[in-house]
Amino acid sequence: MNRRPAFSTAMLWLGLVFLYLPMVILVIYSFNASRLVTVWGGWSIHWYIGLLDNTGLMSAVKRSLQIAFFTATAAVALGTLAAFAMTRIKRFRGRTLFSGLVTAPLVMPEVITGLSLLLLFVAMAQAVGWPAERGMVTIWIAHTTFATSYVAIVVSSRLGEIDQSVEEAALDLGCPPWKTFLQITVPMIAPSIAAGWLLAFSLSLDDLVLASFVSGPGATTLPMEVFSSVRLGVKPEINAIASVILLAVALCTLLAWLIVRSADRRARNPNASS
Amino acid sequence: MVGAAGAMKQAMAKAKPDEFVKIERISKRFDDALAVDDVSLTVNRGEIFALLGGSGSGKSTLLRMLAGFERPSEGRVLLDGQDLTDLPPHQRPINMMFQSYALFPHMTVEQNIAFGLKQDRMSKAEIKDRVAEMLKLVRMSEYARRKPHQLSGGQRQRVALARSLAKSPKLLLLDEPMGALDKKLRSQMQLELVEIIERVGVTCIMVTHDQEEAMTMAQRIAIMHQGWIAQVGTPMDIYESPASRHVAEFVGSVNIFEGELTVDMEDHAIIECPKLDRPIYIGHGISTRAEDRHTIFALRPEKVWVSPDKPDQEYNWAHGEVHDIAYLGGHSVYYIKLDSGLIVQAFFANSERRMPRMTWDDKVYISWENDSGVVLPS
Repeated sequence: MNRRPAFSTAMLWLGLVFLYLPMVILVIYSFNASRLVTVWGGWSIHWYIGLLDNTGLMSAVKRSLQIAFFTATAAVALGTLAAFAMTRIKRFRGRTLFSGLVTAPLVMPEVITGLSLLLLFVAMAQAVGWPAERGMVTIWIAHTTFATSYVAIVVSSRLGEIDQSVEEAALDLGCPPWKTFLQITVPMIAPSIAAGWLLAFSLSLDDLVLASFVSGPGATTLPMEVFSSVRLGVKPEINAIASVILLAVALCTLLAWLIVRSADRRARNPNASS
Repeated sequence: MVGAAGAMKQAMAKAKPDEFVKIERISKRFDDALAVDDVSLTVNRGEIFALLGGSGSGKSTLLRMLAGFERPSEGRVLLDGQDLTDLPPHQRPINMMFQSYALFPHMTVEQNIAFGLKQDRMSKAEIKDRVAEMLKLVRMSEYARRKPHQLSGGQRQRVALARSLAKSPKLLLLDEPMGALDKKLRSQMQLELVEIIERVGVTCIMVTHDQEEAMTMAQRIAIMHQGWIAQVGTPMDIYESPASRHVAEFVGSVNIFEGELTVDMEDHAIIECPKLDRPIYIGHGISTRAEDRHTIFALRPEKVWVSPDKPDQEYNWAHGEVHDIAYLGGHSVYYIKLDSGLIVQAFFANSERRMPRMTWDDKVYISWENDSGVVLPS
């Protein structure tokens, strides 16, 4: 095999260790039999079993999964429409501004987004009486706002790649525009829609800042639960739940990557001559 | 065979001109650029008509306006008496075969062909029959269940053609139909495509940048240049009687001589060209404006005779030497450098396998007949 220079190899390993060592330690300690977090007391899966009995934690997990599911679904619907507008409608007033605004939440500090959404919800509650109390719905709205940007980016890059004459061919054969979108465009961008959904799902699952701002009493998400219990001292249980989250997010990302890769491979040959 | 059918159609068209497609003073402006500039055209029923031009000549924009993908800035499009100008693409009785074929990648060949029929809410049984008929027409029946990426370029083209013919459109549009095929397959598919189109009897407008393709397939050709139509005519009209220097130079090769018109009688004219040894004699009069004597004379290379012997005619010859030779198999192109320095192209048919030929630096004479060339407006 080709020999890489020693320096590059060393830097590669250094980088990987820097990025992943903390997580590896976390996962190892989640199997710690000892009650003390910093002392190794042998292997055990006892904290994982304990998780199932912790009703507070389990209901937070359930709530987080629900929010993530609805967020991903809403973000995919809105993000796909935004991506379509950005790539297919060549000329409309404020097109550049629109693209900028759609992608701005990517770089907006979460604290600012969270604070402004909180202010909005409070003002709306006073003005129109909705939302009467903050909870899952407000978290869902908050998560959808920023997840939409990610979906829009993922989907618009795919929309930009596909041959537009395929859509024109459908129109030409008598298919009305909305039906063309559903029957031709959506199947062609399906892999990136799926990838966008998974990305939105994992983003929502791990958000702490936005949720803390817009959540209300009784609507504690998993990251909030974890964070608040850490403040009272790290319990080995937290290591276990953190490992589970890590696994879930890693699986989502891997799945998204696999979907996009296989779609790219398939997209390489048909109608490639254009 | 195709030529004969084409000639028959032409004769029919002459007997009863049936204006099927009428494009009336159409223009298209993109921001400030004028892509199509006040174009009017008529295409007859059952005709194969080609729009021929280089890139940026506006031919594709014109085609897209017919399909409905672009809205004309000015002008109307009429098909069989019906004004289509404001109809969206999905309501036009026009189908198009795209350059990239634009097959639906997630559908089988069958589903691709059935797609347009489904939009018309035809019954399942009717759709099935029609798809089978179309597959047979393009000889793709055994590939019905393949996906587009499992087909070769030529096969994809057949499917695209079947798909665009399935709805029996009033007008078929072909966008660079051979653009994605290699040269060998191209000439074979050109004839096959014409055969299928003529069998179906559909009126067809095609866009191409390839003059050979236009001349093989079309009965009439419109040469487009910078958004306007430079000439409309049969392939022979366009080649033998170009309307302008641009058309003469765009279609095929040509030798251009500039000169002064000195004699312009009813039955002959004489052009003095300083680059030639002898004046140019033309066997007919040129009814030009008397004040402008500057004239352009165009002569196709296959009409130039090259010989080592001095021609015994008074006009239409010049002396030079062989400057370069391009041997192309079927014919050779001789580049003759005249004594004045002008280089003239002449084709020489290689009709015998190994015959003595003129070679580099040979002293030769070029000559041509009285009616071989064309006088163009300067």
